[in-house]
Amino acid sequence: MPGTIQSIERAAAVLQFLGAVREPVALGDLAQALGLAKPTVHGIVRTLVGVGFVEQDAETGRYAVGEALAHLGDALDVHLLRSRASAWADGLAAHTGLEVELGVLTGRSVELLHHVFRPDGSPQRLRIGERQPLHATAVGLTLLAFSPTAARPRDLELTSYTPATTTRPLDLTRAVQQTARRGWALVDGTFRPGLASIAAPIRHHAGVGVGALGVVGPRERVLTPSGGPAAGLVEAIVTAADAVSDRLQERL
Amino acid sequence: MSPARTSAPTHVAAIDQGTTSTRCLVFDRRGRMIAVAQHEHRQHYPRPGWAEHDAAEIWTNTLRVLPEALDQAGLQPGDLAAVGIANQRETTVVWDRATGHPVAPAITWQDTRSSGVVESLNASSSAGLFREVCGLAPAGYFAAPRLRWLLDHVPGLQRRARLGEIAFGTIETWLIWNLTGGPDKGVHVTDVTNASRTMLMDIRSLDWDQRLLDALDIPREVLPEIRPNAQVYGSCAVGLPGVPIGGAFGDQQAALFGQACFAAGEAKCTYGTGAFLLMNTGAQITASSHGLISTVAHALEGQPTTYATEGSIAVAGALVQWFRDSLEMIRSAPEIETLARRVDDNGGCYIVPAFAGLFAPRWQPDARGVVVGLTSYVTRAHLARAVLEATAWQTAEVVDAMAADTGIGFTGLKVDGGMTANHLLMQYVADVLDLPVERPLMSESVSLGAAYAAGLAVDFWPDLDVLRDNWSRAARWDPTMSEGVRRRERSGWDRAVERTLGWVVDDV
Repeated sequence: MPGTIQSIERAAAVLQFLGAVREPVALGDLAQALGLAKPTVHGIVRTLVGVGFVEQDAETGRYAVGEALAHLGDALDVHLLRSRASAWADGLAAHTGLEVELGVLTGRSVELLHHVFRPDGSPQRLRIGERQPLHATAVGLTLLAFSPTAARPRDLELTSYTPATTTRPLDLTRAVQQTARRGWALVDGTFRPGLASIAAPIRHHAGVGVGALGVVGPRERVLTPSGGPAAGLVEAIVTAADAVSDRLQERL
Repeated sequence: MSPARTSAPTHVAAIDQGTTSTRCLVFDRRGRMIAVAQHEHRQHYPRPGWAEHDAAEIWTNTLRVLPEALDQAGLQPGDLAAVGIANQRETTVVWDRATGHPVAPAITWQDTRSSGVVESLNASSSAGLFREVCGLAPAGYFAAPRLRWLLDHVPGLQRRARLGEIAFGTIETWLIWNLTGGPDKGVHVTDVTNASRTMLMDIRSLDWDQRLLDALDIPREVLPEIRPNAQVYGSCAVGLPGVPIGGAFGDQQAALFGQACFAAGEAKCTYGTGAFLLMNTGAQITASSHGLISTVAHALEGQPTTYATEGSIAVAGALVQWFRDSLEMIRSAPEIETLARRVDDNGGCYIVPAFAGLFAPRWQPDARGVVVGLTSYVTRAHLARAVLEATAWQTAEVVDAMAADTGIGFTGLKVDGGMTANHLLMQYVADVLDLPVERPLMSESVSLGAAYAAGLAVDFWPDLDVLRDNWSRAARWDPTMSEGVRRRERSGWDRAVERTLGWVVDDV
């Protein structure tokens, strides 16, 4: 077996041992069982405690498999995401006076997981569950840029919704790269004429993008006359998206 | 970023003293929350059926959250026009006026120890008097039986009560007394909504009723003075030095006010562990023939008292928690929506969560919960649907009872609370009620109601119209269910409820 890495093999052996024993194990017993020196095993378990794969009992000092490892394969539940994002989405709508959307990736489109009305008393329709194109919306561009499982621009069908819709794969690739670089996406009339939108990623473990939070509104409310984002808007959206990301790390 | 202290106040604070935690929230003139600080307190269950809080711990936590919320907001006490209080209702505190120490643990609204007091009341001739004067059928749920229990069980307390050495209050009274100086000139007051849950207040005159006090042998000397919801009771000596305390509210009435349900016929439902549906009935006190409670909605200085009718659902979010913790079907409460969405309907399965009997509008203490309609077709996803539908049908039962009692037809329902993040549930509530359901952008209705009262008292806000304009719709669910499906599902629910009745029997 070429190129095996000894420290990873040993870490795996520690995890397998802890996983096989029902009770928390003392460091000395662990070292003895694995036939390794205590300082070596200590270094390994401290590293594993640091990433949450191993937990140390505060009273006895013994080690056991950590909760993070048990749930490593679980994807983030989207409704948990909505629940954690709800207060921040409301705050964003209240402070910007704009409609707020939270989208997740579903197949090759955006699915609106959450929607907060524009707070102006006008009649509006709740759009939770609605599908939107990835290439024509700010939430979609954000998901393309930050979600590791999103389709590549050249594999998408680039339907034109307005004269401003990006329909060339190369242009879309550039827009996605720009979004990844600056950490937020902006579209101007690419999905519905006269409407502009700005969105930022919500990230889970290891920075993986699990959703995108954004505002939508008339171009004169979202953009400056020169087409840039209105003052303070990007900061408000990124702050809210980052706050939701932080809340995802909290215990259930 | 904070304005200089010499400028006019720009914000209002609210203290939300709840069952599990104490919070301080800061709001701007448009009713937008800009900061929140929170500390939880311990729950004590010394015996089965007993549930206590340490009032001193709650006061200490209050003193912690006030500066923390101000820090977060970048404000000084002088930037606050006023502070208002919303509190867990019916929780009973008795303390020594000289030392400021509670004489016993606070007996919370969940505590059932006073059932004996209530039984003897109901057996006596005075039960009808209570219903007539305070609008409540005697129940262990209210504060006065707990006060009676304390007077009976704390040595020497009845005598000391007569001598005026001790003070009684619900939580807002305890906090106001402490904030205004405690043993050193503390103001001993309650508000009409909290007082309306003691069983001692005449719901018409809004004063303590001597006949009710006599029936429970409660010395008048222990009672706080009853005040309107929006009025400056005093200024903070500690916590927020110099800031006027401008209002207090029981939490559910605070939510009704925070949701801007100022006019007769307007109603809100708060979905938490339980659910509380309150409808403003204007000047009308509704005698319920359907198991609802008449209560004060709000009283503002110089204006006629506004009343409400209230329906309590004991188990709403608690059923989701049970599904998560006891059945281990899901890892977090929001995941129930993911599970429920795997199927299109309940598969013929219904769950009625009569865990402690049926509450409003049926009040059947001998009922217990059922899961019915099981076939080999039913999966845990169908059970998840049935869990959510139970909350919607219980809401529908209370709405029907209210419409029957008041003669006021609902035109819609305003909702708040944690469960409103569940889109599937809110759509189902709209479907079974056949009414639009609306969620406000300011989801902290309880705290907002307390802040509104305090702000009105100091003219930070001029009138109710301005507050109504602050209300803004964040979401609206319109009914989509066909009449045929609604009738069929209602019939299924009704038959499931019948199967809960009479389950508890004496040992055979």
